[in-house]
Amino acid sequence: MSRPTFLLDGQPVAFDDGQMILDAARAAGRYIPHLCWHPDFPPHGSCKLCVVKVAGRHVSACATPARAGAEVESDTPEINAERRTLLQLLFVEGNHFCPACEKSGNCQLQAMAYDLEMTTPRFRHFYPDRPVDASHPEVLLDFNRCIYCELCVRASREQDGKSVFALTGRGIHKHLVVNAESGRLADTDFSAADKAADICPVGVILKKRVGFAVPIGERTYDRAPLHELAMPKTEGKG
Amino acid sequence: MSDELETAANRQSLRRVAIDPISRVEGHGKVTLLLDDAGQVHEARLHIVEFRGFEAFIEGRPYWEVPVMVQRLCGICPVSHHLAAAKALDYVVGAVPVTATADKMRRLMHYGQILQSHALHFFHLASPDLLFGFDAPVVQRNIAGVIAAHPDIARQGVGLRRFGQQVIAATAGKRIHGTAAVPGGINRHLAPADRDALRAEADTMVAWSQAAVALVRRLHAADPALYDRFGAVPSSLMSLVRADGAMDLYDGQLRLRGADGTVLRDAVPSHTYMDFITEAVKPWSYMKFPYVTDMGPEAGWYKVGPLARVQNCDFIPTPLAEAERRAFRAYGDGGLQHAPLAYHWARMIEMLHAAEVIRDMLPDPDLTSGERMAAGPRAAAGVGVIEAPRGTLIHHYWVGDDDLVRWCNLIVSTTHNNEAMNRAVRQVARQDFNGKTLTDGLLNRIEVAIRAYDPCLSCATHALGKMPLVVTVRDARGACVDRRVRGA
Repeated sequence: MSRPTFLLDGQPVAFDDGQMILDAARAAGRYIPHLCWHPDFPPHGSCKLCVVKVAGRHVSACATPARAGAEVESDTPEINAERRTLLQLLFVEGNHFCPACEKSGNCQLQAMAYDLEMTTPRFRHFYPDRPVDASHPEVLLDFNRCIYCELCVRASREQDGKSVFALTGRGIHKHLVVNAESGRLADTDFSAADKAADICPVGVILKKRVGFAVPIGERTYDRAPLHELAMPKTEGKG
Repeated sequence: MSDELETAANRQSLRRVAIDPISRVEGHGKVTLLLDDAGQVHEARLHIVEFRGFEAFIEGRPYWEVPVMVQRLCGICPVSHHLAAAKALDYVVGAVPVTATADKMRRLMHYGQILQSHALHFFHLASPDLLFGFDAPVVQRNIAGVIAAHPDIARQGVGLRRFGQQVIAATAGKRIHGTAAVPGGINRHLAPADRDALRAEADTMVAWSQAAVALVRRLHAADPALYDRFGAVPSSLMSLVRADGAMDLYDGQLRLRGADGTVLRDAVPSHTYMDFITEAVKPWSYMKFPYVTDMGPEAGWYKVGPLARVQNCDFIPTPLAEAERRAFRAYGDGGLQHAPLAYHWARMIEMLHAAEVIRDMLPDPDLTSGERMAAGPRAAAGVGVIEAPRGTLIHHYWVGDDDLVRWCNLIVSTTHNNEAMNRAVRQVARQDFNGKTLTDGLLNRIEVAIRAYDPCLSCATHALGKMPLVVTVRDARGACVDRRVRGA
């Protein structure tokens, strides 16, 4: 018996029972933008970049089960405009200065902004005051660029078994902290070999003293756009 | 968030920009002329009221970010800041000396920067004043006017700048704000295709640079009374020179030559600059006034930049530029030249030198292959000194064990020339101010004197217009006698 299908932007996508829209689309080679979603973890639903329109409602594709016959709108002017607005909000909430950022070219937030043709920050910058944590000998934490995807929190807890990171505060006061009495990374059992050390999609968790060793222009998203590199066949090559 | 633009049709591409009263005067040269009881100009003050505060941005940031971040200080000479920072941080990572490849790539980048910046300064910014006269109408006195009246000169000027930018792009990765110099070395080689493309044009650039020197010499010969005296203020001259006395714009030791030509201080190691120089503060300007410490503020101020470098070195190590240096030194009575307009002549000699250096370096195999990075024992601090297009540039960093910059100090070329620029403005005002009202002619002359040292006060706003300038005249009791504001 053939698998059930739903329509993604008018094209049929087959899915398995219980599969989320984003998972099914990826398996069928169809890209839906996402920042906090990661194949190693359950859906998180916080960044909302995977927003799609199903039966008139705007839902997170990573956390909405596919249903047979559903009509899902993703790559449309309306939905992409909503994603751009979400990106514009992320860019002004933190301190994202791409021109002097060592993650430039390897950053998913920046690559997503290029992909979705975001041309200005639009909203007023918050300019939050977030000192860096340079206490660890191998890894620098630059909280200025955090987008609260919790990938480091989840990787440290579920893959490294350490719980080095956590989000604290609520609403606009939410922020990333280090789980130590002192609040310093050096006072945890964090290691540069941890899964959490390599998972940050933006420029918060950085290997020290590397910086601009790889020239701008030869970096991950300089070679190919995010919507290609984020798909299963190329994932991990960057 | 405010919602006033949220009804626009295409609101996602709109950006809110707040213009407060301070940002509206950004880029204006502000000058106060102080009169004595007899109504003569007693003092001229060039106020630098823009506070850049870059040192504060950098403190607390990781050191490897600094060469990329600090170059945002300037859109005309970012390469100089990029390289001065990298040179300073080479000491921090123990990479002294850097590899041959890193040294040559950086030098090539730097001489590309000298070439493009000097071409911009002379052809785009200064040549309209010199070719059409200080009082020519503003509609003509700009680079578009030069293109119309002197197409060959303009074409070569634009071409020289373009070539310099291509050298920068090939070495730094981008024409502006590249990222190639990193603490300890360089992150790329020169691509053979880029090298070949540059080599194909290198001889033409040398020839055009020679023509540019000849043009300045013609201008001097045509009106020596103006070129030799306008705004002239004798002073000491400071620059880096190579150990053998040669001109070297990338590295060397500090030399100070007195106004009469005697070498006053020589072979001063650049990392001792803090003992050598003291920066005085005056309440009416954010820009400090450096002087040679043991000579005191009255006798110890100096000029930097092309005029200092061409007269401070014993020789220029490329033949065409050296011949022009000799002609420059033999000009007039053979003494040192101190007139601001002589800066442009010296500037073109340096541009010729840069063109020769680039042409001679390009075939070097170390550029296209070889080890790029060096490393050694860590140090807590580093000083990087380089001769930027407009003069000696000093970067100094202290870096903590946690890799964050604890403290930094930047002394830029314009700061070294602060006293000289103030005195040049006074000189011009004394000559041309009638004691009562400010005229357009005087504003033009003040503008020309400032621009001979530095185009950066007005930065990009002047490229196709006139320098925004505010001049105020105050009498001996401090009352405002006249004030004239000219917008961009």
